[in-house]
Amino acid sequence: MTPSHSTEYRAATNPPPMRKNRLGPMARREARLAFWMLAPTFVIVMGIVLFPLLANFWISVKPVKLSDLRPPSPVVSERTRGDYDVAGQEFRIQYRLRNSSQKGEVTDIVLTDTLPDGITITQNDPVCTITGQNIRCSLDHLEGGERARLELSAIADENFVANPVSPRDSEPAITGTAQSILTSSKFTLDNFARIFDSREFWSVLSVTIAYTVFGTLGALVLGLFAAQMLNKPFRGRSILRGLFLFPYVAPVIAVAFTWIILLDPFNGTFNAILQRMNITGEGINFFGQRAVPIDIFGLTIDFPLALATVIAFEAWRYFPLSFLFILARMQSISSDMYEAAEVDGATPLQQFWHISLPQLLGILSTLFLLRFIWTFNKFDDIFLLTGGAAGTRTLTVDVYEQGFALSNLGAGAAVAVAIFILLLAFAVVYFKFVHREDS
Amino acid sequence: MRIGTGLLLGLLSGLLWGLLAVSIAGISLTLVTGLSATPIVLSGALGGTASAAVIMSRMPANRTPGLYLASFVAMIIVMMLVSFGAPFSLPFSEHSATQAFGVGIIALAVTFANKACLIDIESGMLKRYKVDLLIVRVLKGLGFVFFTVIVILPFYVMVMTSLKNQQDLFVNPLDLSIDLTQGASSLFDSYVELFTKFNFGWFLLISTTVSVSTVIITLAFSIPGAYAVARLKFPGQTVLSSSILLIYLVPMIVLVIPLYAVFSQLGLRNTILGLLIVYPATTVPVALYMLQGYFRGLPAELEEAGLMDGLSRLGVIWKITLPLALPALASVSLYVFMIAWNEFLFAFMFLDNPDIFTLSRGVVSLNSSEVPRQHLMAGAVVATVPILVIFLWFERFLVQGLTAGSVKG
Repeated sequence: MTPSHSTEYRAATNPPPMRKNRLGPMARREARLAFWMLAPTFVIVMGIVLFPLLANFWISVKPVKLSDLRPPSPVVSERTRGDYDVAGQEFRIQYRLRNSSQKGEVTDIVLTDTLPDGITITQNDPVCTITGQNIRCSLDHLEGGERARLELSAIADENFVANPVSPRDSEPAITGTAQSILTSSKFTLDNFARIFDSREFWSVLSVTIAYTVFGTLGALVLGLFAAQMLNKPFRGRSILRGLFLFPYVAPVIAVAFTWIILLDPFNGTFNAILQRMNITGEGINFFGQRAVPIDIFGLTIDFPLALATVIAFEAWRYFPLSFLFILARMQSISSDMYEAAEVDGATPLQQFWHISLPQLLGILSTLFLLRFIWTFNKFDDIFLLTGGAAGTRTLTVDVYEQGFALSNLGAGAAVAVAIFILLLAFAVVYFKFVHREDS
Repeated sequence: MRIGTGLLLGLLSGLLWGLLAVSIAGISLTLVTGLSATPIVLSGALGGTASAAVIMSRMPANRTPGLYLASFVAMIIVMMLVSFGAPFSLPFSEHSATQAFGVGIIALAVTFANKACLIDIESGMLKRYKVDLLIVRVLKGLGFVFFTVIVILPFYVMVMTSLKNQQDLFVNPLDLSIDLTQGASSLFDSYVELFTKFNFGWFLLISTTVSVSTVIITLAFSIPGAYAVARLKFPGQTVLSSSILLIYLVPMIVLVIPLYAVFSQLGLRNTILGLLIVYPATTVPVALYMLQGYFRGLPAELEEAGLMDGLSRLGVIWKITLPLALPALASVSLYVFMIAWNEFLFAFMFLDNPDIFTLSRGVVSLNSSEVPRQHLMAGAVVATVPILVIFLWFERFLVQGLTAGSVKG
């Protein structure tokens, strides 16, 4: 039907369609109720997920170090010169001020202190005013790293000397306003220059891709295999199914440290088994060795051992998830097809290849994409296993490395921005291919 | 006996089972008893082949229990002959009962595996169907062994290491046997120390509190939201219900730097309250997505009847929808509990004060050269056992939660 056709048709037979965004009172009340019911979710997701996501862009263009999180503040120490416990003798009270930060300036500094009764100020510092026993001094500003000294002279009277207390007993209070580097208008592109310039970034990127692709595939293939095994009912199946989920359900810290101890090069059980079976001579440092040379037909290639071990861990820990999904899908394939194939003389392998696999293609591709993104996002596992050493540093571990290990929050946020942009690309793919299939 | 592909493949599968059984039994023997056993794989391989040969000597229809008994005996005899009476490289006079038990188990396992694989396989030329059938059976069997070993071995090592002491472990890392005569107090030494010196009882309490609170907050936020998305009409509904999942795709590590900065300024960083703000934010979208799917599946007529009878919307949710959705609520709660219990990243980044460590954070603090590693493993066991017990108890609900919760991990 051409557009002109449809308008004519509608104009002829239907009453004019209601304007879509004009809601009736009932509908409006319903929409308002829905809004209030969704509001808490909105607030928490905005505050804890979306705001930080955008804040990364801001932080990534700021020259901000971990130590800058504490804003510059004035610090004061008080001293006395001369004897304050001799009546009538002049002594000096000194306030030494310092800016805690080397870079940021502090403005509108106000210092207040109280003198003990019986002490009178004889000579005041120009910036201070005295009311009764209270001293109040104000300074316009202190540059980063700047120091200042305020000096006052005072004398004590007889009453005070009879029962002297140090003027320093009352702590001086000091306040000042400083602009945090996070909210200042100072911007820089150094962070991006730093992370993209270093050749390290590209090796980190390729490690990330290798980890993501092989980790995802490993978990998927293991899951497919396990699901195929448990597809037909037999005694003990539910026990095995529960057992197979252990790696995923157990806390990551527990299983990661167990793997470290299991694969320890000197006294790990796994290396001991390999040695006992005469497979290797000495302990293999699975998590510590970047590469081992392997000879294949006279060709020597460097096998990235630590990366491969981390990938194996990833496949081990997440195969239960793909196993569950694939098993659920397998159970829903109608048995008629297999019976028909059986009658036609198809062998078990042919049945798997020509019936099961095509039926599972949908769930496999969905799983692949989602797991791909989740493996890409994974931080805990590698961080706990190797800390990103020995050629296993992925982008997510790099965020921690730059931001916290090297104390450069700006550079860490720049890596986070890079991750975010890559993810956007994945999300587009996800929505284009997977979500359509799901609905 | 005819000679064909059947015999060849049958013998090969027997060889494989024999080899596997001897290796695994030898290693298990070492791990469980601490004997220094080295399995002679050749003896197993030849024994398994002999066992298969005995079975294959008759047509499938004529195989009697006696034949399987003969196969069992053949396995033992060949294995003992080839290894000169020491299939584990240990003289049989040492620990003879244990060794005999090991040999018996091996022979039994191999005979059963051969029987299961070769039940309808004859020794002559096989059709392609039977060849495939045999291959699939062997692959499945290997799969069972492989998966069971890779899942059980780490957990076994975790538990056993926690019960040993550092010196024993250095002397022989294969010896994971425990000496039961030493008495419970010295056996559970690491645990006693964790709970008395390392404050683990407190960590356990904090982890429980944090996880339960996260579940409650998540439900309080996601139930109304899920209901609104599933039942109420409002502009932007479809966009919303399809974009909730996008939150799934945001990595936590990307949120860490801004949250660290902001929470430091607000004084929320080193507090439990900080965790209780962050955890629900990561679980609410998941919970909302799972619940709205379930709510959609409930019959709307019941709710409409409730509205007709004068209940308010909230009354309908409280009195009709929620009771019907109890299974879904259980799944969501368990799933969220698991996420909160296992959470590591924010607990690690936010908590510095040992008085408010969660279990995850507490276990990480054990990972230093000054703390013996059996303590670290004991900590891992303490963190794992509660969640595994809950999982086994409510497996059905949690599995539903995992599948409905899509593939977050």
